[in-house]
Amino acid sequence: MSTTPTTVEPPPTAASELKPSRAFWLPIWTLTQRELVRFFRQRTRVVGALGQPLIFWILFGAGLHGTFQAPSWATESMSYQEYFFPGVAVMILMFTAIFSTISIIEDRREGFLQGVLVAPISRLSLVLGKLCGGTVLAVFQAVLFIAAARLLFFLGLAPSMQIEFTLVSAMMSFLFVTLLAFTLTALGYMIAWPMDSTQGFHAIMSVFLMPMWLLSGAFFPAAESGWLAWVIRLNPLTYGVAGLRRLMYWDSTTLNSSADSVGGGGLPSLAMCVLVTCVFCAACVGMSVWLTGRRTSKDSR
Amino acid sequence: MSASAAIAVQGLTHRYGDHQALRDLEFHVERGEIFGLLGPNGGGKTTLFRVVSTLLPIQEGAVSVLGFDVHRQPAEIRFRIGVTFQSPSLDAKLTIRENLIHQAHLYGLCGKTMRTRIDDRLQRLGLGGRARDRVESLSGGLKRRVEIAKGLLHDPQLLLLDEPSTGLDPGARHDLWQYLQRLRSETGVTVLIATHLMEEAERCDRLAILDSGRLAALGTPNELRESIAGDCITIECRNADELSEMIAERFAVKPKHLGDTLRVERENGHEFLRDVVAAFPDEVTTVSLGKPTLEDVFIDRTGHRFWEADAE
Repeated sequence: MSTTPTTVEPPPTAASELKPSRAFWLPIWTLTQRELVRFFRQRTRVVGALGQPLIFWILFGAGLHGTFQAPSWATESMSYQEYFFPGVAVMILMFTAIFSTISIIEDRREGFLQGVLVAPISRLSLVLGKLCGGTVLAVFQAVLFIAAARLLFFLGLAPSMQIEFTLVSAMMSFLFVTLLAFTLTALGYMIAWPMDSTQGFHAIMSVFLMPMWLLSGAFFPAAESGWLAWVIRLNPLTYGVAGLRRLMYWDSTTLNSSADSVGGGGLPSLAMCVLVTCVFCAACVGMSVWLTGRRTSKDSR
Repeated sequence: MSASAAIAVQGLTHRYGDHQALRDLEFHVERGEIFGLLGPNGGGKTTLFRVVSTLLPIQEGAVSVLGFDVHRQPAEIRFRIGVTFQSPSLDAKLTIRENLIHQAHLYGLCGKTMRTRIDDRLQRLGLGGRARDRVESLSGGLKRRVEIAKGLLHDPQLLLLDEPSTGLDPGARHDLWQYLQRLRSETGVTVLIATHLMEEAERCDRLAILDSGRLAALGTPNELRESIAGDCITIECRNADELSEMIAERFAVKPKHLGDTLRVERENGHEFLRDVVAAFPDEVTTVSLGKPTLEDVFIDRTGHRFWEADAE
C-alpha cells in the first residue's frame, strides 16, 4: 500500500467512560423525553387523542341514554354515560398508545430509527424508552379526561356519577391506568415495528384494535351467554376495562355482590384483572424486545 | 489480512430475496486510512455500509471492525463507530442542539462533557449560530452538517460516511474534506466513505470500486489510473458496430462499445486519434482524447459506464 496512515493513538471513547447503569437508563430517559417534546410540538395530536373520545362520550352518552339497561352487577340507576366512562378512559389510553407507536413507522421512514439502532444501547432500553414516552402521554391524557368529566358535569354536558375517588382509589386507579397504558403502548409497538407504512397500521387499527376495544365491555356490557360473551371473556382488554371500573368504585356500593360472579356476564375480580393485565403486558413487552433485537434488512431502510 | 485492520471483509455475500447485493467481497481497510467505496447507486455500497455498521445481519462471509466481529460483538463496535447515513437520521421537530443532546445521551454522554463536545462540534462545523433552530427549517446542506456533527460527537475511532456530500454545495464539500483530513491527522480516525462522485473518490487514500456487488478494483487512485495503459480515446460516430469492425481490421485493436460511442485505450493516443480521423473522416463525428480518470478505470474494469449500472 502506498499510503502512510498516521499512527496517532485514538482518544478514549465513550465506551471507556461509560457506566453500565448510565448506558441503560440514559437512553430510556432521552427517548422518553423526545417523545414528550415531539407530542407537545404537534398540538393536533392532543386534539386527536383527547378530543375524539370526549366527543364520543358526550354523543353516545346522550344518544344511547334511553335504550341502555344497566348490567346485573350495577345499580339500576347507572346511566349509559357513567357505564361508558371507564371505557372512554381506556379508549384514550389506546388512542394515545396508537398515535405514539405509529411514530415508530415514521421514525423508520425518516431515518431517525437507524441512528438509534447503530447506537450502543440495549434493545430493551430502546423499547422501554418508546414505551415510557407513550405511557406518560396516555396517562396524562386519561387523567385530563377524568378531570374534564367533572367540569362537563358542572356545564350540564355530563350526568352526575357515583364515582367518588378517595386518595386510595385515586392512587390505585392511577397505577392501574399506568400499567394499562404501558401494555397498550407495547401492543401498539409490536404491531408497528414490523410495518413500513402508516396505512398498514391504520388497517390493523380498524380490524383489530377498535374491535378489541369495542368487545372489552367498554362500549356495552357482556351478554349473559353466546359467542359474544366468549369473545369478551377471552379479550385481555376486558380485564383492563373491568379493573379500572372496579377501582373507580373502590369504596362505593354501586357494584353489587353479583358483580363477583365471573361467568354469566359478571365483572371479573380485581385480582383477576391485575393478573391478566400483567401477563398481557409481559407478553407484549417481551414480543416487542424480541422483534427489536432481530437484525433484519428492514431496520436499515 | 491484518489483525489490526480497521475493517476486514472476507467472502461477504448478501442477498435481498433474489437480488444479490454483494458477491464474495474481500478487502481490508487500514487504521487511519480514508478509504472510499466508489460505485454507482445499486452497486452495493450502502448494503456493505450497513453490514459494517451492524445494522444488517451477515448472511455469508465474515466482517470484523476494529478487531471485533460484526456478527458476535455488535455492541463493542457500536461504541467505537460514528455513522452518517445517506438518508437523514435527524428528528425534524427538534432543534439542532436537542438532536445532538439526544445523540450524546444514546452514547452515554451527559453533563459538562456533553455540553463541551456539542459546543465544539457545532463550532467546528459552522453551526454555532443555528443551534436553536429546528431541523425542519434547515437547508439540505446544513442538515448534512448536523448529521456529521452527530456522528462525531462520541469521538469514534471509525467514521462511516454514506454519501456525505449529498446536498452540499462545492464550498461546503471542500470544507468537509478539509475537516476530515484534519481530524484524521489529529486523532488517527479511520474514515470509510461511500460515494458515487469521482472528485470525492480522488481524495481518498485508497479506493474499492464496487459494481453490481462485486469488487471491481482496489488500490490508491493513482495506482488505479496507472493500471490503464496510456491514453483514453472516445469516438462518437454514426454507426458504432461498423466503425468498430473497421478500426479492428485496420489498427488491430478491439474498441469497447459504450452505447453509441467507442473507446480505445493505448499509448500515444494523439497519433491514434489522428490516424482514425484520417482513415474514417465520414464515420467519426466527435473524438476526444484524455488521460485516464477513475471513471475510465470503472469502464475498463466493468465494461460499462457508471450511469448504465445505475439504470440496471
